Amino acid sequence: MKNLAFATSVMACAASVAAADKPELVVYTYDSFVSEWGPGPKIEEAFEAQCDCDLKLVGASDGAALLSRVRLEGERSEADVVLGLDTNLTALAKESGLFAAHGVSADFDLPVAWDDEMFVPYDWGYFAFVHDKDFDAPGSFRELAASDATILIQDPRSSTPGLGLLYWVKAAYGDEAGEVWEGLADNIVTVTKGWSEAYGLFLEGEADMVLSYTTSPAYHLIAEGDSGKAAAAFEEGHYLQVEVAGKLKASDQPELADAFLEFMVTEAFQGVIPTTNWMYPAVTPEGGLPEGFETLVMPSKALLLSEDEAQTVRDDALEEWRAALSR
Amino acid sequence: MARRAVPISAWAGAATAALVLMLVGLPIAAVAWRAGGWGGLGPADWAALRFTLVQAVLSAFVSVALAVPVARALARRRFRGRGALVLLMGAPFILPVIVAILGLLAVFGRGGILNGLLDALGLPGIQIYGLHGVVLAHVFFNLPLATRLLLQGWESIPQERFRLAANLGMGPREIMRYLEGPMLRERLPAALLVIFLICLSSFAVALTLGGGPRATTLELAIYQAFRFEFDLARAALLALVQLALVVSAGLVALKLGRVAAFGAGRGLIVERWDARGPGYRALDAGLLALAALFVLLPLAMVALRGLPTLASLPPQVWRAALASLGVALASTALCVAAALALASVRRNWGEMAGILGLAISPLVLGTGAFILINPLISPAALALPVTALVNALMALPFALRVIAPEYARTERDFGRLADTLGMRGRARMRYLIWPQMRGAIGFAAGLSAALSMGDLGVIALFADPERATLPLEVYRLMGAYRMQDAAGAGLLLLLLSFGLFALFDWGGRRGA
Repeated sequence: MKNLAFATSVMACAASVAAADKPELVVYTYDSFVSEWGPGPKIEEAFEAQCDCDLKLVGASDGAALLSRVRLEGERSEADVVLGLDTNLTALAKESGLFAAHGVSADFDLPVAWDDEMFVPYDWGYFAFVHDKDFDAPGSFRELAASDATILIQDPRSSTPGLGLLYWVKAAYGDEAGEVWEGLADNIVTVTKGWSEAYGLFLEGEADMVLSYTTSPAYHLIAEGDSGKAAAAFEEGHYLQVEVAGKLKASDQPELADAFLEFMVTEAFQGVIPTTNWMYPAVTPEGGLPEGFETLVMPSKALLLSEDEAQTVRDDALEEWRAALSR
Repeated sequence: MARRAVPISAWAGAATAALVLMLVGLPIAAVAWRAGGWGGLGPADWAALRFTLVQAVLSAFVSVALAVPVARALARRRFRGRGALVLLMGAPFILPVIVAILGLLAVFGRGGILNGLLDALGLPGIQIYGLHGVVLAHVFFNLPLATRLLLQGWESIPQERFRLAANLGMGPREIMRYLEGPMLRERLPAALLVIFLICLSSFAVALTLGGGPRATTLELAIYQAFRFEFDLARAALLALVQLALVVSAGLVALKLGRVAAFGAGRGLIVERWDARGPGYRALDAGLLALAALFVLLPLAMVALRGLPTLASLPPQVWRAALASLGVALASTALCVAAALALASVRRNWGEMAGILGLAISPLVLGTGAFILINPLISPAALALPVTALVNALMALPFALRVIAPEYARTERDFGRLADTLGMRGRARMRYLIWPQMRGAIGFAAGLSAALSMGDLGVIALFADPERATLPLEVYRLMGAYRMQDAAGAGLLLLLLSFGLFALFDWGGRRGA
């Protein structure tokens, strides 16, 4: 096994960046946040310019993986801040007892009131079915079920939007959710592991609509100059995803962590969000939203299960989904 | 590798087997330890187990059943471009799952070529999603591998036997009975096993092409236990079930496989005198054309989609490509050395140890490794070495499948001669094993390099912005809506993996 030892040492050496004297703030987040095309690089630059510290972003594949990782590490975690959980995960996160209260107050522009002591929101969005503009999209789940429109969705067991859809149907239909899923079963082309697969298949023309966000058309419009995509407005209302960050109790840089959470709701962070994370910023920047966002569908009603409700109905909702789609 | 001989001795094999066992066993134990015990299985888990078995068995049998005539056609024909075809047959196997799915759907999907064609002819379209879609995708991945494994079997029949058969006036039927049959008897169980094992841990392919939760596999159940329920105890138990499945499948295959003894030949190029009639020629040509079309069309679609952005890929993608190359080369060296060491013991436990790499879910492996490494050092710092090691482990079953039968053949045919000459260790490696096996070693190295290149693997669990592999970068681009760039990066990945594969495979076959 000499090869391995050799490879390990070479790579470890190559990897070890010269240790800086500055204090280091470690933020765990999801992979698309840290990627070159996500908000990570710009936010790192902006925060380091003001904190006299080294901001280290570490990626896990997505929000649920992120929480699993923090729970695995427990109090030994080197993370100071966890950024990228959503309201479907916060109950579990609190249960873990690993998070500390924050002292951030801001004038949030969220469709719901926010008074969580432990988690600070940084962006939000509505789940929606995205389609080509020339497609005559249904206006509700019932209409969708009755139509022969085809959709691509994600598996709630492995994907955040997939779980969002599960809660969306549950929040809109309660006890009738199972029946709605049975109606939708023949519209579903397939269920994918994650968002990327479903969205990729949609762009390849595998279905009329894909589960994504109301903000997705903004990407095509702003980054690609393509105004051909739209999100279908459903009359039941749309389920809301609020993405949040929290400070770990065991952080060895509690002041820096607080400073980061404060920074998170300022212009420098919030202004980056719309065109990198393609979500609505939690605090609208002074200059307003980027041009193009005004063309997006704004749902008439926001649906959101409280974190406790989400926790309680989760297993039953999953079982309804599985039973209806397994026929 | 040619000059620096790999030490081949009994202890190297035993040490490798122990290491593999440790790499597979420790993570499962670590997860169970962290959970404080083993969980229980629910009805949904049993359904997942059933589906996993059904699709894996079907996929293995269909792949191998189709591979037999294709490999036979390749074995008894010589034509221009044969070498290229044999080489290209390795390609689907090395594609990252997501790229392969998109390529497959561009051909077989609702908006794909096939349905376009059917529609133009006024025929009803086909529906790809369902169990048949899962099997189709797995056959796409594995038919080429099965073909190559069986072709290797054909090439192991000494050409003197075919000459003798021709002298005796044997037709294709008799040749099947006396020569090809016994060879297939030896090679089929192993080929079936290895494909069954790959399909056992299928997740994204099975779910996407299976069309929904009916197509829940064990791997998805493990995923669910980990991230949906954070039920480590159940995840550990599911991992154990997977391990038990692999071990029992391995035992069955070992029992069924029987070594075909053709005796030693002079190892010259096989010329065939049988099956020369026009009917046979047409049959073989048709089979090869169909197989090539089936394998190459989706690849061509991947290439077409990626071509426009290939030249303008962002620099991060190239950096990731470099990291991936490093990982692939390191894991290839590890994997081939381990395969040789395990093959050299020529005992059933060597074979068993070799297949264990496929017995563990990448998620359990990654999480277990994480639990073990984390108290000592930040896992992100070890992301690339751990990925290389894990990729070597995952490629080991394939490399061993290629190397072990050739090793056994070499020792059987020439071992006694080498013994009388007192050739041991280094000398045996240099003068017997290497010249006899360079073809197999090249193919095995090519496979493991390409596999390691294309595998998303455990890096996704550890990654940070500075250290990404090319498959991870493809996912990142897709996650950032950049499907065009992702297609370009996917093509780059295909070119690089295939380049590595071709280089090793060609290097081994050249003059062999």
